[in-house]
Amino acid sequence: MSAIIKGETGDWEIVIGMEVHAQITAQSKLFSGAATDFGSAPNSQVSLVDAAMPGMLPVLNEYCVEQAVRTGLGLNAQVNLHSVFERKNYFYPDLPQGYQISQFLHPIIGKGIIEIDLPNGETKEIGITRLHMEQDAGKSIHDQHPTKSFVDLNRSGCALMEIVSEPDLRGPEEACAYLTKLRMILRYLETCDGNLEEGSMRADVNVSVRKPGDELGTRCEIKNVNSIKAVQMAIEYESVRQVELIENGGKVKQETRLWDNAKGETRSMRSKEEAHDYRYFPDPDLLPLIIEQSFVDQLKQTLPELPDQKKHRFMESYGLGIYDATVLIMERSRADYYEEAAQNRDPKITANWVINELLGGLNKDGKTLDESPVSAKQLGELVGLISDKTISGKIAKDVFAEMMASGKNPAAIVDEKGLKQVTDTGAIEKIVDEVIAENPDNVAAYKGGKDKLFGFFVGQVLKKSGGKANPDMVNELLKQKLDQ
Amino acid sequence: MSIDKTTVSKIASLARIKVTDQDLDYYAPQLQNILDWADQLQEVDTTGVEPLANVSEIALTLREDKVTDGNIQPAILKNAPESVEGFFVVTKIVE
Repeated sequence: MSAIIKGETGDWEIVIGMEVHAQITAQSKLFSGAATDFGSAPNSQVSLVDAAMPGMLPVLNEYCVEQAVRTGLGLNAQVNLHSVFERKNYFYPDLPQGYQISQFLHPIIGKGIIEIDLPNGETKEIGITRLHMEQDAGKSIHDQHPTKSFVDLNRSGCALMEIVSEPDLRGPEEACAYLTKLRMILRYLETCDGNLEEGSMRADVNVSVRKPGDELGTRCEIKNVNSIKAVQMAIEYESVRQVELIENGGKVKQETRLWDNAKGETRSMRSKEEAHDYRYFPDPDLLPLIIEQSFVDQLKQTLPELPDQKKHRFMESYGLGIYDATVLIMERSRADYYEEAAQNRDPKITANWVINELLGGLNKDGKTLDESPVSAKQLGELVGLISDKTISGKIAKDVFAEMMASGKNPAAIVDEKGLKQVTDTGAIEKIVDEVIAENPDNVAAYKGGKDKLFGFFVGQVLKKSGGKANPDMVNELLKQKLDQ
Repeated sequence: MSIDKTTVSKIASLARIKVTDQDLDYYAPQLQNILDWADQLQEVDTTGVEPLANVSEIALTLREDKVTDGNIQPAILKNAPESVEGFFVVTKIVE
């Protein structure tokens, strides 16, 4: 589905802005020394600060500040040396303080910009409005009891970054591309693990529709969108709902709507309406956060190479096409693997092997790159064996299958199984003669003009040699003999 | 800004404080007085003056990212009116 909806009254454009909550990768919480591991026993990672016991005071985690600044730099954004924590007041059982400590008027990160990759190979710049730090809430479980909810505060107080985009996104595809790119950047920076299933990255999607060229329409905020697929479906549903509403004479009401993944629809969260009066005010327990420019500069110097820089470098220094480069940089570990394998090897052949054979094979076996039985060095060696013509590309696939199964070195497998390519002219000539002698009918047909039969002869010779005959030499000798 | 009974009632409900109709009449002028005082302060020209966060010029204290707390589930749940298998139990809250 594109960015345009064809309505009864003409075309409608979908306008999207996103608010992404990303849990900051850190050992301990934003304002307390409790641990942040996922999946621990309920309420075991809760300090008296997180449980909001009277008299407890928040103390800011300096590493979380570093992580937020690092992320801001990765989003090409302005870093504010002066920022302020405020209280956002509302009541909910998983928020024991009765307020969330967040940044409101003075966030740590201001305007930035990222480039997203569209399915048609083009790129588009998307504005970042701001990034601020805030506390996460606890977790409520509603399905364990008919009339009660269970509350676990382990997540309460974990550090979040809320990253807000400008309404620059048009249509579900761009929204998905944005989320994918943002996740990639966060993972490269190691400031958030980007795990959507575990909820360490969550998206709220603001959707509105308008006639192209008009002012922005009234938006609805959709919550509970927990996967990239769900983002796409929620936008498709919500934008059509709004167009139908307007075309039937209705008006879109600014409200929060919940995405129901099972039913595939959004629905109004009426009870939240009044709760929007958050009565923000500066948290009297926390002084303004002042950081030095030198601190920012220092972090800037230790920033890793980011996905887009890496992609362009791969295309320039390895001569890779945009598709290969895009696939290889998807994960930092994958790019590192490729670079290690490609060292002193043909970069394009290596890219093919990493993308098609290795990633394809791992995917089939349900393994991640970390669990790969074949190391980058071993894959590089295999590419070396192909390049120096020790084995053919076809035999290499068998060797690779063996490597995936046993983790052995390619050279050892080639030796053990006697797979060295035959480059001895005499030996190949002998097989060529045999094949010609065994197929007199086909020889006659070929000579009679059926050129396509040439492939048949090549196949026969390769088969007879157990795939070991050098294909170039087979071609050459066959040509000589058949065209005599 | 003027504070009437409706405003007091709204503030009270946002703060989850139960206020009787009679008390609304009692609180409204009190809150009004506070706002009037703030309005009076607004008359001072503060153009170009930075907001003052504190008077002692101390900086925000930061801590190292280390796990130094937690693992006190029994203490955390001690005051809970109801708990089951380490969870707080509350009246069902679901949209």
